[in-house]
Amino acid sequence: MSLEFLVASGIGVVAAAGIYLILRGRTWPVVLGLCLLGYAVNVFIFAMGRLWQDAAPILLATGRVADPLPQALVLTAIVIGFATTGFVIEMALRSRHESGSDHVDGHEPGHGPGHPGDKP
Amino acid sequence: MSDLLAPLFSMHMPVLPVLLPLFTAVILLIMGDQGGEASHGGPLLKRRRLLSLTAVVLGAVLSWSLVAEAASGVLNVYPLGGWPAPFGIVLIIDRLSALMLALTWTVAVPVLWYATGGWDARGRHFHTMFHFLLMGVSGAFVTGDLFNLFVFFEVLLIASYVLLVHGQGRERFKAGVHYVVLNLVASALFLLGLAIVYGVTGTLNMTDVALRVAQLGPEQASLFKAGAMLLLVVFGLKAAIVPLYLWLPGTYAAASAPVAAMFAIMTKVGVYSIIRVHAVILGDGAGHAALAVEAWLLPVALITMALGVLGALAAHSLSRLVSYLTVASVGTVLAGIGLFTPQAMSAALYYMVHSTLVIAALFLLVELVASQRGETGDRLQPATPVGQPVLLGLMTLLGAASAAGLPPLPGFLGKLMILESSALTPAHAWVWTVVLVVSFLTLIGLARAGSILFWNVLPGNSQSVGAGTSSRLVMATVSLLALSLLLAVAASPLKRYTDAAAAQLADRAAYAEAVLGPIGGAAAATTRPYRGGEGEVRLPPAKGQP
Repeated sequence: MSLEFLVASGIGVVAAAGIYLILRGRTWPVVLGLCLLGYAVNVFIFAMGRLWQDAAPILLATGRVADPLPQALVLTAIVIGFATTGFVIEMALRSRHESGSDHVDGHEPGHGPGHPGDKP
Repeated sequence: MSDLLAPLFSMHMPVLPVLLPLFTAVILLIMGDQGGEASHGGPLLKRRRLLSLTAVVLGAVLSWSLVAEAASGVLNVYPLGGWPAPFGIVLIIDRLSALMLALTWTVAVPVLWYATGGWDARGRHFHTMFHFLLMGVSGAFVTGDLFNLFVFFEVLLIASYVLLVHGQGRERFKAGVHYVVLNLVASALFLLGLAIVYGVTGTLNMTDVALRVAQLGPEQASLFKAGAMLLLVVFGLKAAIVPLYLWLPGTYAAASAPVAAMFAIMTKVGVYSIIRVHAVILGDGAGHAALAVEAWLLPVALITMALGVLGALAAHSLSRLVSYLTVASVGTVLAGIGLFTPQAMSAALYYMVHSTLVIAALFLLVELVASQRGETGDRLQPATPVGQPVLLGLMTLLGAASAAGLPPLPGFLGKLMILESSALTPAHAWVWTVVLVVSFLTLIGLARAGSILFWNVLPGNSQSVGAGTSSRLVMATVSLLALSLLLAVAASPLKRYTDAAAAQLADRAAYAEAVLGPIGGAAAATTRPYRGGEGEVRLPPAKGQP
């Protein structure tokens, strides 16, 4: 089994798990799903610099080196992903606090605005 | 001293629209913001407002001077840190960028003025976030690098998340969670699309990508097209096209009035990115990947217009109606871009300028009207009459007529230009039918709303003209409307400018020469995508330092 297959299927499985979690109804699984999707994307960016074996990570005087640019890109993506994850957690907590429910729609299913059991 | 500063100023002008809001926001952060009514009218609030307003006026002056410079046709390339393209990040001010900058800052001035009428004291750090939003939007408009575009998207999105929930409340947080999650997923897709573009072409500099994409073989071109389609999804979500517009009406209707007005420019960031990537990089001359989205963009745009106006007809509140009009206007602009001719592009740019101004004015107007209708607010139900029926009625009439496209207002001119430019294309029957029917339905929707708001009133005294309608709020809204009307007067110079902008965008060689230097153009060999073979690494051709 080649390294390419391993990396590609790994990205696929993590991304699939992330998408499944994003489609859940509660904010916490959604946040976890966003994190997982972020991991998959970061590895994907890394893989787009090609997979290297026996190559130096940074430029030396001689010898092969791995493509450095995706490493820089992925660092930026990780930093931004970390900040946005922190923000979305805070947002989810505030929404839970304001609406009294951790459902993404801001109310429990069957208790929303317009339902007979509406409790504002 | 001024001899020393003037060349420094002109040399660094392209980066100033990004630095100015950044530094303003940082100073505002240091000044602090206790928020709440306690600080209302306090000296600190006054200082913050003064600084914030001064900065946006400065930014507007700056962006207009950039327009004046770009109008002569120069491509102002600014390599950040002096690193030559494609290895460093460049900022490019061309006619399109300068126009978008000027539009952003021109909308920002009256909107911020409106916000100082009270909204900025209903939460903390409004001014700071407003300037971070401006930084992100300006950065997205000036950058010449796709990854840098992503970074500025994140800057403007983070600021918009905070601005959206400004004023707080359950409805805003609910809309906020949806908006944040959707945009984070879009950011993930953005990165995937960029990674594919990088993997295929080995570069992320827009000009360099445009050159490399023409050299791709059929197999790599189809991979590139897949990446471009992912990017279309991302930009389409920002621009709110079918089927990705469903988040917009609820979000914009939940936002406070000045924030919603400023968000009118954010859908245009998506449209701008579609122009840069799908109409320019993937335009004619992109080899096997040329016009990859041609089959999709026009139908999607026409369906967006149709569904947007149907939503406007069904809207039960004025803010939702205006939100759906935003969707319809984005559809109209994209229909022009989707025709893929310079004439249609020029018409679309003209219409984009107009629709941004009108939509922003309408969002402010919604709150003015709602504040005078007591409990009913902006819901489209009979209520007690508004306090200033003549003034608000006239403003609504002007805004509505221009949004619907009645002569002699600029909306009519914009739609006429789009119709005219489509005349010789195979899709002209569709474009004409949809644009005209949508305009008619927009008119019906707005006429229905207007008659409920101003004529179908309950007996009783009008609401007192309270703090909701200070003269500052009215003046800010009037000035935005007046700006949009000015477009009808200044139609000829603006159309000449957008014609030139559309022609400039199609000129790949000029961009290559300006960004990559005379020897870095189309004929240059490239080491990218990097395969790591020994002796293959070559230094870039030296380029004149700025």
